[in-house]
Amino acid sequence: MKILIKDGRVIDPSQGMDEVRNLFIEDGKIKGYPLNIEELERDPNVQTISASGKIVSPGFIDMHVHLREPGFEHKETIHTGCAAAAGGGFTSVVCMPNTNPVNDNASVTEYILLKARTEGVVNVFPVGAITKGQKGEMLAEIGEMWEAGCVAISDDGRPVMNSRVMRYAMEYAKAFGIPVISHAEDINLSSGGVMNEGLTSSMLGLRGIPNASEEVIVARDITLAELTGVHLHIAHVSTSGAVRLIRDAKGRGVNVTAEVTPHHFTLTDKSVLGYDTNVKVNPPIRAKEDMEAIREGLRDGTIDVIATDHAPHTEDEKKVEFDLAPFGISGLETALALALKLVEDGVLTLPEMIKKLTSTPAQIIKSTRGTLKVGAVADVVVFDPNKIITVDRERFRSKGKNTPFHGWKLSGCVLYTIVGGKLVFSN
Amino acid sequence: MGFRQKHILGLEELSSEEIRFVLDTAESMKEVSERDVKKVPALKGVTVINLFFEPSTRTRASFEIAEKRLSADVLNFTPSESSVVKGETLLDTARNLEAMGASVIVIRHSMSGAPWLLARELRSSIINAGDGSHEHPSQALLDLFTIREIKKEIAGLKVVIVGDISHSRVARSNIWGLIKLGAEVRIVGPPTMIPRDIEKTGVKVYYKLDSAIEGVDVVIMLRIQKERQESGLFPSLREYSRFYGLTRERLRLAKEDVVVMHPGPINRGVELSSEVADDVHSVILNQVSNGIAVRMAMLYLVASGGGNV
Repeated sequence: MKILIKDGRVIDPSQGMDEVRNLFIEDGKIKGYPLNIEELERDPNVQTISASGKIVSPGFIDMHVHLREPGFEHKETIHTGCAAAAGGGFTSVVCMPNTNPVNDNASVTEYILLKARTEGVVNVFPVGAITKGQKGEMLAEIGEMWEAGCVAISDDGRPVMNSRVMRYAMEYAKAFGIPVISHAEDINLSSGGVMNEGLTSSMLGLRGIPNASEEVIVARDITLAELTGVHLHIAHVSTSGAVRLIRDAKGRGVNVTAEVTPHHFTLTDKSVLGYDTNVKVNPPIRAKEDMEAIREGLRDGTIDVIATDHAPHTEDEKKVEFDLAPFGISGLETALALALKLVEDGVLTLPEMIKKLTSTPAQIIKSTRGTLKVGAVADVVVFDPNKIITVDRERFRSKGKNTPFHGWKLSGCVLYTIVGGKLVFSN
Repeated sequence: MGFRQKHILGLEELSSEEIRFVLDTAESMKEVSERDVKKVPALKGVTVINLFFEPSTRTRASFEIAEKRLSADVLNFTPSESSVVKGETLLDTARNLEAMGASVIVIRHSMSGAPWLLARELRSSIINAGDGSHEHPSQALLDLFTIREIKKEIAGLKVVIVGDISHSRVARSNIWGLIKLGAEVRIVGPPTMIPRDIEKTGVKVYYKLDSAIEGVDVVIMLRIQKERQESGLFPSLREYSRFYGLTRERLRLAKEDVVVMHPGPINRGVELSSEVADDVHSVILNQVSNGIAVRMAMLYLVASGGGNV
C-alpha cells in the first residue's frame, strides 16, 4: 500500500519540522517528502489523501491506557481499545498491568501482545507490574517481562506503599533500562476518598482525597529516584504541589518525567456537583488552582507528556451511588480536541502539543515511533484542528462510554490514522 | 408564591422563599395535628414509599405518621443488607417500587448523593430523608420550624452547631437553611471533624466550645459516633466530652433564653449532660413533634408541586 498525503501542514517535533509538504508512504515506511507528485498521483496503486489546511503529524502515543484485557472484557477489549485509539489519532498505546490476571509475568505480556497483533489496529506496548499481583510486596519478574516486550513497570491503579520495595524495584529496573511509572497516592491519606478534598467535597458530604495524598508519594519517589538513578515517570499528575516538586527535581537534574491527562487540565472539582459518576476518577479532578498549575507545568515543560489514563467502564457500573462507582474516564476519543483547547488558550503551541503526544512519550518508552523521519515506520495522523465537533459517547468505538464531556462542543477532529503504512481509521 | 420543586433533596437547592413556604405550610399542618381527628384527605390515592437503607426509628416513624395524616397509601420498604449483597442495584430496587405505583419515594441511604441518582433516573418525586454525610432536609426544616416558633424570627439569631460537622448531614442542611434565612452560623468541633474549606460557605469556625457558645441564641448539638474514635479522629469519648460536651456551666455563656436542640438519639453524658438534656432550655421533644408537621408539609408540597396530585 502506498499513500500520498499532499499539501498538509506537516508538524514533526522529532525533526523540528513545521511546514506544508507532501508525505509519501511506501511499504509501511516514511518514504520521503516529494516535491513533484504528478507521477504519484497518476499511479493507481497510490492512495492520495488531500490534507490541504489540515495537520499531518506522527501518530499519537498514549502512555497511559487501560485495555482491560485479559479479565475485564466487558469493559474493553484489546480489539475495541485499539479501535478507540485509532479513532482518537493514537497509533500506539501503552497499556497498564491491572488486568486479571495482572500482567506480572511474561506469559501475560505475551498474551496481550498476541491479541494485539491479531485483533488490534494500533501498536500496543505493555507495562509490566512492579510487584506480583500488584500487591506491593514482592518484585514481579521484571526481566522476563522486559524480554517479552514490556516497556516500563508500574503498579498503576495502586501505589507501592512500601518504600523499600519501591527502592528495590527502581534499582532492579535499571538493569533493563526501563522507566518506573509511579501511581503516586498515599492510600492511608486517600482511604475511602472519592473526590478532591475541598469545599465541593465538604458540601456534597463525599469523602475527600487531599492533594497531600499525591504529593507525599511524588516527593518520596523523587527522593528514591535520586538514590537509585532510575528514570522515574510520574503518572497522571493532578496537584499544584506535585507540579512544584517535579519542577524542583528537574531543576536539580533528577531523571524524572511526568504526564497529565486531558480531564485534569480541563475540569475542576466543581464538575462533581450533582454527583455525576462520570467525573469520578483517580486521582480526582482537583481545584481550579491545581488545574492552572498543571497548565503552567505543561507550558514551562515541567510536564512532558499528555496521556489519557483511558479507563473504560460499563454504564451499569457507573449508574450507581457515587461511593460505589468505579474510578475512571474513557479518554482516548476526546483527547485531541481537549489538547487543542490548550493551544487555543495559549498554553502550548501546536508543535509543543504534538511533541507531548508523540516524540516525548516515544523517548520515555524508548520506542522508535513518534517520528516522520524518512525510513521510520509510517505511523501518521491527519487531523483538522478547526473542525467543530460535538462529543457523542454513543459514537465512541470504546466500550467505555464513561465520559464527562458528552455533549461538549470542541474543535478538532481526526481525519485519518495510519499505522505501519496502513490506513486504520478515516473519518 | 407556590412551591414548584418536584423533589426535596437538600436545603442547598431551595431558595429562602421556598424554605419559608415549607415552614408556613407546616404551620397549617401543625394545626391538623392538634385536632381530635388528625387526618386530612390531601394525599388520598397517592402511594408513598419509605425506602430506608439505613436503620432509623424516629425519622421513619415521623414520615409514616405524616403520610398517614395526609391519607396517603404507605409502604415501608427496608431492604436488608443481604438484598444489596445479592446484587440488586439501588436503581433497580427503586424502579421496581415505582412500577408498583409509587409517586413519592422517601429515601434514607448511607451514601451521599443516592437521592440524586433516583431523582435523575425515576419519574417519582424524591424526598431525601438523609443521605450519607450530605443532607437531611427534613431535620433541618423541623429545626428551623422549631427555632422560628420560639424565637419568631430567624434572621439575626446567633446559632452554634457543635460536634462532628464532617460526618453530619444535619449540620450541612442546617448551615444552608440558617444562612439562607439570615442567621449567623458558628460551627465548633475538633479540627479533625471540621470539613475542609467550610468557612467559604459563610460559617464561622471555632475549635473551642466556650468561645463558640458565647452569646448564642440557639445551640444545635450533634450526635458523636463511636466509630469516629476508631478511625482516629479523636482520642476518647472522655476527652471529647470534656472539650465539646454541653454542660450547664458552658450553657451559661450563651444568651439567657438560649434553646438547646439535638437531632437525637442523644448520648447522655457525652455530647449533652443529662441535666442539660432535660433542662428548660431543651426543646428536643418539641423538635420531634414538629417533625411530623414539617414532613406533612414536605410531602404535600412535592406531591402537588410535582404534578402528582
